Amino acid sequence: MSATLSAPRKWRKPPLIKNPFLRWSLLLGSLAYLLLAVGSLEVNWSRVYEGLDRGGRFILAFTHPDFISRWSDIYDGMMESVIMTITSTAAGIIISIPIGLGAARNIAPLPVYIICRGIIAVSRALHEIIVAILMVAIFGFGPLAGFITLSFATIGFLSKLLAEDIEDTDRSQAEAIKATGAAWLQWINYGIQPQVMPRLIGLSMYRLDINFRESAILGLVGAGGIGATLNTAFDRYEFDTAAAIIIIIITIVMCLEYLSGVIRAKVQ
Amino acid sequence: MAVSTDKSGQKVWRLSDRNAQLARWFAWFVAVAVIMYCWQTISEQTTWFFVMDAPNIAGDIASRAMPPKWPYINELWEPLWDTINIATIGTLLSLFLAVPVAFLAARNTTPHKYLCRWPALLIIVSSRSINSLIWALLLVAIIGPGIFAGTIAIALRSIGFCAKLLYEAIEEIDEKQVEAIKATGASPWQVMAYGIVPQIMPSFAGITVFRWDINIRESTVLGLVGAGGIGLQMQASLNVLAWPQVSLILLVIFAAVILSEMVSAKVRGAII
Repeated sequence: MSATLSAPRKWRKPPLIKNPFLRWSLLLGSLAYLLLAVGSLEVNWSRVYEGLDRGGRFILAFTHPDFISRWSDIYDGMMESVIMTITSTAAGIIISIPIGLGAARNIAPLPVYIICRGIIAVSRALHEIIVAILMVAIFGFGPLAGFITLSFATIGFLSKLLAEDIEDTDRSQAEAIKATGAAWLQWINYGIQPQVMPRLIGLSMYRLDINFRESAILGLVGAGGIGATLNTAFDRYEFDTAAAIIIIIITIVMCLEYLSGVIRAKVQ
Repeated sequence: MAVSTDKSGQKVWRLSDRNAQLARWFAWFVAVAVIMYCWQTISEQTTWFFVMDAPNIAGDIASRAMPPKWPYINELWEPLWDTINIATIGTLLSLFLAVPVAFLAARNTTPHKYLCRWPALLIIVSSRSINSLIWALLLVAIIGPGIFAGTIAIALRSIGFCAKLLYEAIEEIDEKQVEAIKATGASPWQVMAYGIVPQIMPSFAGITVFRWDINIRESTVLGLVGAGGIGLQMQASLNVLAWPQVSLILLVIFAAVILSEMVSAKVRGAII
């Protein structure tokens, strides 16, 4: 004790990764990668410099957004986005409940589990735009392609989180329902469903929000919604119309987020 | 839960009482009516004749797309490398802005409740509401097509996501540890470095890897609007209807996304 008192040691923060070899090789490896990556990033600075002026105009456009001159286009696009959001979220929820049940290891047999997990993996790996391109090729232009795309994307998100939630449920409650002699459907309805319902509602509200945001880009590939109008506005350098559309999107997302916060607080 | 007594004096158990049940049915009624109205609108804008034909078209495309054109993969390595770079550099760039924004937005670390917190929340919401493809569209119009526009687009979109999750993590820290550091007479920066940062470090790393994984997926499509990456090849192949190339690109994207998801799950598992 006296030895430590006479020679005070300096305290150092413990490192995040204990093994020094791993620490240094990770650090050097990531540095080398970063140098290579930044090296392959070709930036045409003169083009960027020229663009700054346009960027400034775009930011200035937010001070005087133009809602009026293209109002009918904006209104139609927005309505289409909202309609696609509502229907696809509803359809997505209806389809993802059985798939979510199938993807939960504690209630589904192995073959069903593998099939459902496969569906989820495919739906999650493909970006909405890629799915939308295929759907437009198959079903033609218009909101139906967007509806199918968003429903498909909803399945991957909702079933995965629902399945994880079902796997986390309390076994004893489900067991108790089973002990009363309940049939399979009753077992799910009274043993599992009450436990996952609050989270399912919360996730559905969250997905509604995501679907709206995604519906704003589907128009780029012809799948309906506000994206087409926005794309045209950018192409024509009509930044004040683009600013108006972006402001509307942000406002709707904020309202949806507030609404979903209220509903989630109520059910949880 | 409600227990009522019926005429013969028998107790009847129901999930909810009558008013709650009526309210529930009314809510269902409204929801179904709204959805039906929306569906009708979509249906009116759809040419059902084409939709009836969809299975044939899908079969036709599938038969053209199979088998994938394997030799084409040699032209995909470079765009794939670009795609990964867009995601990685974009994520790193976004962190430079997301960290200060998160500290400004968290209730317990913000310097001022209104002057700093509200602008920070506004930044988070605007960045989150706008898809990275829209950011890319905008940046391509402003600074020209290329990888750089894609990287910035990814970075701008990620700020809101990272800052939101990070500020929620900051708000959930244990105040006792901060108090303890303060009690030693530490300056505000030292409190930050020794009281707050060690507590949020695991969630910070988790959020970063999680977002990186999402960004890989997003950067695969940025090329569709000219912002670099493997999407450029896809757009080019789609334009000339080269379906065997499209199917190969889809397979490559699928593999890249699954791999990045595995890496991210592994890293997050190691941290938490």
